[in-house]
Amino acid sequence: MTRRARTRLFLAAAAVIAAVFALACLRLPPFGTQTHPYADRAVEATMRQRTANTVSSVNFDQRAFDTLGEETILFAAVLGAVGLLRRTADERRTRPRPVAVLPSTRLFGAVMLPITLLTGVYIVGHGQLSPGGGFQGGVILATGVHLSYLAADYRVLDRLRHREALDRADALAAGTFAALGLIGLGAGAAYLQNVLHLGTFNQLVSGGLVPYINAAVGVEVATGVIVILAHFLDQTEEFAGGGKGGSR
Amino acid sequence: MNELVILPVLLLLAAVATMAALARDPARQAVVLAVLGMVLALLFTLLQAPDVALSQLAVGTAVTPLLILLTLRAVRRDRRRKQAEDRRKS
Amino acid sequence: MSVLPFLVAGWILLVGMYGMVTSRDLVHAVGCLAVAQSSTYVLLLSVGFRHGGTAPVYSDIPTNARVVDPVVQALALTDVVVGATVTALLLALALQLQKRHGTVDPDALDGLRG
Repeated sequence: MTRRARTRLFLAAAAVIAAVFALACLRLPPFGTQTHPYADRAVEATMRQRTANTVSSVNFDQRAFDTLGEETILFAAVLGAVGLLRRTADERRTRPRPVAVLPSTRLFGAVMLPITLLTGVYIVGHGQLSPGGGFQGGVILATGVHLSYLAADYRVLDRLRHREALDRADALAAGTFAALGLIGLGAGAAYLQNVLHLGTFNQLVSGGLVPYINAAVGVEVATGVIVILAHFLDQTEEFAGGGKGGSR
Repeated sequence: MNELVILPVLLLLAAVATMAALARDPARQAVVLAVLGMVLALLFTLLQAPDVALSQLAVGTAVTPLLILLTLRAVRRDRRRKQAEDRRKS
Repeated sequence: MSVLPFLVAGWILLVGMYGMVTSRDLVHAVGCLAVAQSSTYVLLLSVGFRHGGTAPVYSDIPTNARVVDPVVQALALTDVVVGATVTALLLALALQLQKRHGTVDPDALDGLRG
């Protein structure tokens, strides 16, 4: 199919989608409606489960099985990306050269690195109480680690993230989520059912299973994103093509 | 009060998303995507979704543009390598 | 105003798809996919919004406060992060195509060789 024909076909399809979508929107309850049957039930369940952050309760308790599926997609995507980016036979590893960094940049990175990591841990840890949780905190932790790349150079980053340990932590965290579900089965309830002691509403340890699943997700997201970024950085930083010049 | 701000942010979002989709150069697109991530995070905050805003801010402004830029760099490096090989062969 | 957020979501989806269809660079197409994907978050959160509602986090508001829908937020939240790793997977595929076939132009890849 030529480009023009493809674009025409798309525009025709898009016109139909736009028309039907707009019609559907007119029949939806208006923006900001007061009737939210699902919200009312979710909030009710959250109060019963003593989890202050309703979103975390939905993710890690009421819909924990769905989140297990999401997390499996994440794990599979990391695995796939790493598999695709591994070194091929005609690429060789070169020693990364140390690069001069401005002192102000170095200072910025050195100050920001611990602050960002602490923020990440805080956001993971308070997921059941305040906005945040394993997904957001994990990404913050992963990006925080890369501040060392900004502040120093690649070798420092490389020392900071121990490849094998991260790979293992990623797999372990994914397995922990699945294993935590077995607690429910052991207590004679359903898989991933929240059977742990629920604790006191709005305390750090409350919501039963929620903080534990939340922490496992935090570790998995953080290690997964670091591993992916590490492999992409490898593609640009460390590899010189095998056929490049005669510098071997 | 917050709800009055939602309208202009929605229009801004539509404009930035259009710019991001129509930007032809992938490197420039990555920068527009970072801006899009920020506008989305702002909208989500106004829609009372701090949890989503937080992950959108971290992913949309940092991780996705960074991944695209790194891929572009790797693609360009591979292109240069292939050109150098071709020159040697001819 | 009552349908505008939904229409904006639909517009973002279509404009992202247009970018993908007309793209000459797979890395660019992945960026457009990210645009199209963000429309789902806008739609979900708009559907869950409630006039006068606050964020569904009860750590510092009374337990009978009016809140927006937490279910759609939970759906969007996980997808934002999972979507980023899927983006990474697609970019890795594009990079692998460049290495194997020397191009990331989808039109030049018509007759895929093994």
